[in-house]
Amino acid sequence: MAASTSTPGSDTRHGERPLDEDNPHTGRLRDAEEAGPNTQEFEDYQWTLNFGPQHPATHTTLRLVLKLDGERVVDAVPDIGYLHSGFEKLGESLDYNQYVTVTDRMNYISPMANNVAWHGAVERLLGIELPRRAQYIRVIVAELSRISDHLLCNGAAGLDTGAFTYFLYAFYQREVLYDIFETLCGARFTNSYTRVGGLMYDMTPLVIDKIRTFVRNFHKTLEDMDRLLNRNRIFVDRTKGVGVLPREEAINRSASGPIARASGVTRDLRKDEPYLCYPDFDFKVCCAKAGDCYARYLVRMAEMRESLRIVDQAIENLPVGEINVAIGERKALPTKSMVYSTIEGTISHFELTMSNRGFAVPFDESYAAIEAPNGELGFYLVGDGSDVAYRARCRPPSYIHFALFPYLIRGHTLSDIVAVLGSLNIIAAELDR
Amino acid sequence: MPDAAAKSDPAKAPAGGATVATSATVAALVEKFPAVKSSEFRGQTRVVVPAESIFAALEFLKQQRHFNFLVDITCVDYLNYRDATDRFGLVYLLANTDTNERLTVRTFLNEPDLTVPSAVPLWEGANWFEREVWDMFGITFAGHPDLRRILMPEEFTAFPLRKDYPLQGRGERHNFPVLSRHVG
Repeated sequence: MAASTSTPGSDTRHGERPLDEDNPHTGRLRDAEEAGPNTQEFEDYQWTLNFGPQHPATHTTLRLVLKLDGERVVDAVPDIGYLHSGFEKLGESLDYNQYVTVTDRMNYISPMANNVAWHGAVERLLGIELPRRAQYIRVIVAELSRISDHLLCNGAAGLDTGAFTYFLYAFYQREVLYDIFETLCGARFTNSYTRVGGLMYDMTPLVIDKIRTFVRNFHKTLEDMDRLLNRNRIFVDRTKGVGVLPREEAINRSASGPIARASGVTRDLRKDEPYLCYPDFDFKVCCAKAGDCYARYLVRMAEMRESLRIVDQAIENLPVGEINVAIGERKALPTKSMVYSTIEGTISHFELTMSNRGFAVPFDESYAAIEAPNGELGFYLVGDGSDVAYRARCRPPSYIHFALFPYLIRGHTLSDIVAVLGSLNIIAAELDR
Repeated sequence: MPDAAAKSDPAKAPAGGATVATSATVAALVEKFPAVKSSEFRGQTRVVVPAESIFAALEFLKQQRHFNFLVDITCVDYLNYRDATDRFGLVYLLANTDTNERLTVRTFLNEPDLTVPSAVPLWEGANWFEREVWDMFGITFAGHPDLRRILMPEEFTAFPLRKDYPLQGRGERHNFPVLSRHVG
């Protein structure tokens, strides 16, 4: 934007508002000034193109203000906030068990993982240790939702670059996973499965059987998907070397999850800061070095295989026992039969459901994160003694990854936008909250 | 942990699920900045840094103690909080990608001086975090390259995550004019 500083009147071209140089809070095109190697002087022949918020290739409400030199993207300014729903403010009025429905809507591609993240954070604040069986079941549903999330992300990336069959293969398996979730908790999409101190329902033999069948059959689909796309000339040409994120930049820009691991960052909270019962399982952290869209695709494919291994080990070694913490702890709701037949159950149920009682929450704050499908998903909670959080902050991976977008797209062509957007897997509800 | 092929040193990984914090880091920080207070809760180490030395403390942690990963920046409005003496608490969550240490750095701010130096020179990832804190709480980050609203429209005048922001009804609807969306 060197030209606009020298000739202040000249940047009203293309209907843009003039920049107020002294006021840092105005000026739409300020992002252009964070210099990249491809930043050029603002020339007359450059176009401004609005991409989204309802472009089919953006999948959700994402808006990009692009500056184009012919077909080449000179700059991209993400404009977010179209789906801002006040999820963090809602956390200040819904109690710890009610808020789980909001986490479903936060990342509606893998709601189970969000449920696990939210109640993991609440239990860290309350200091609850879960029973073994509940930990195993939470690992199983979190890994199944990782598979479901990666299937959608890779499937949509394939669809956007022309691989329709691949998308159908991926989506069929998502239906199978939804069937499993439906048998488990009654909801296909907005699961709300976890509770403070445990889970809503135990696993039935039917669910275990369905998960075993899925584990047995999914390998073949993964191999078919590999064969369809991994060496497909069109797909490789459109993704290799596109949107390269070097390792240092990935750390510097707070990237996490498959996007960071595709750039050579070996950070994975399941290994580095184990939560639940992840140390019990044998699995690998999947990494790549290239940091381009193709590497991100391959990392997601590899992670699905590792998740399948974890699910396989967990379902075969599922411990017997309770799925909720003991009734004496007064944290999880007792079962109905206990409420009707024992005095402890009646008292506990009464204490937990009355709005001015609930469980004892410390006047303190804590942060807990899980390795969600898209990266580190953490909640910073401030407790104030009541069963409603004083402040519930979500550390959303999509928010951080969308901030990477201008860096990744500069210098590429217009058609590469869908490849880069697809490989970042941005969920608008989590981006805007 | 039988398999840690991707890790250079599997022994570094902590066990037990709780995040590890080293007393050495806190000791070094306290030696450099004597006003720093530290505390422990549920296996997490938190330090409270005075607002005037927050940038120097973050710079020290990044360059001397290798906290190269900025996990999050957020803010808490302690308006009605029990025993709270300060209005806003700014929270920086840091992590070290080599040793997997984590550290929560907090600083307290009071009206009318709601300005801290921006952390963007240290971590590029702070850019959008700080814009969100400005948008939701009205904390100004001096030296930020592009501090403007990110989630709310630019014409919006209030800070919605502050505790005194009215949730619904007359107080809210009367105070805020109808917004027009200027095409930018």
